[in-house]
Amino acid sequence: MRKNGKNPENIALNVTDLACERGGFEIFANVSFTAKPGEVILLRGPNGAGKSTCLATLYGVLPKSAGDISFENIDPEREPREYLHIVGHVPGVKTTLTVKENLSFWAQLYGGTENVLPAIEAAGLDAIQDSEASILSAGQTRRLGLARLLVANRPIWILDEPTSALDKQGDQWVGQLIADHCAEGGIVIAATHLEIPHLAPEAVKTVMIGQTAMDHAS
Amino acid sequence: MKPFLAVLTRDMKLATRIGGDSLTVLLFYIMTGAIMPFAIGPDKDQLAQLGPAIIWISALLSLLLALDRLFRMDHEDGSLLAMRQASLPLEMIVVAKICAHWVTTALPLIVATPVLAILLNLEIDQTLRVIFTLLVGTPALICFGAIGAAVTVSIKRGGLIAPILILPLSIPTLIFGVSAVSSGAIANAQDAALLFLAGFTLLSLVFTPFAAALALKMAAE
Repeated sequence: MRKNGKNPENIALNVTDLACERGGFEIFANVSFTAKPGEVILLRGPNGAGKSTCLATLYGVLPKSAGDISFENIDPEREPREYLHIVGHVPGVKTTLTVKENLSFWAQLYGGTENVLPAIEAAGLDAIQDSEASILSAGQTRRLGLARLLVANRPIWILDEPTSALDKQGDQWVGQLIADHCAEGGIVIAATHLEIPHLAPEAVKTVMIGQTAMDHAS
Repeated sequence: MKPFLAVLTRDMKLATRIGGDSLTVLLFYIMTGAIMPFAIGPDKDQLAQLGPAIIWISALLSLLLALDRLFRMDHEDGSLLAMRQASLPLEMIVVAKICAHWVTTALPLIVATPVLAILLNLEIDQTLRVIFTLLVGTPALICFGAIGAAVTVSIKRGGLIAPILILPLSIPTLIFGVSAVSSGAIANAQDAALLFLAGFTLLSLVFTPFAAALALKMAAE
């Protein structure tokens, strides 16, 4: 029996024939997948194929032009966004706040943990937790942005290129974060070329984006 | 309530740290008011007569300075996107940001107003009345400013466009703000102006969160 600590309500996600149009152009179309607890969905495709647009449609910032996104087992009184963590291209780190203040803010906003120290340690930033985030390198800033995932428990993570700016250890750390989250029943939807370690192959689904765009081009 | 306070305290911290706007706005306010006597001349009576108007215009201009940063930084560094995933609706996040902005920019101006009042030769009771009208009227200025800032948030270097959108909206507040102090008018007219000013503030507080949140949502698309 799998542990289900990260997703006690067994939230799942069904996406059918999702498409998005921007200014009359079809960015992507016919994206369908189901994400059950413990699964990783990897969006793959060439640059400009619409991976980021697809993720933005999933978390509701962009309107979909066709198809359906449905969350299973969510509390009807709560918005789907309350079950999501999103980390985009820009990490959302405030440079004039300290590392700890940055994370504490997200913990309070998301109604998460009181103690952000474990998240800081996990990101490897505990030695500089009281320094201003302006002194962080690009990779450390990215780690701090990702540490947001750990300060509040949300079953579905949507990550857009989570490993950009990270070194090899950083890649491994992110892979491990994703694997741990899924091992406890969470769902991760990521646009990344990263290999996720320690995860059963059947738990990883790859969704190709941009087939239509490629068809038009050829 | 806790998420609301989190946004409020974070924005207040950001405004008072290095790179924040609190002190800049305050100094700009005092300087704008202080250079007026050089332009108008040393006629004390004339200064006292123009004083409330000068203070109001200085306050309006200095508040415009910082408004562009209300949402822009958070929009550009991805914070706003992540904040939208909170259980707190975006409208309430806007309210929290407006409150923090008022406390860190408008409140210092109001506290520093006696300094300007001395430079402009205002009587004590008139000074107090100006302070009171600023307390009542500045939330409306910040609210209109928040709408302008939200509409222009996705325009790179939109810093100069927002004031052009905001200034016409601020005219009623300016008119009633100044006429709630100006001497010479009938006493009842001053009180009526004050009530109008309060009405504008209340109206803007009701509509701004929805308008600004809608503009921010459209900017993210």
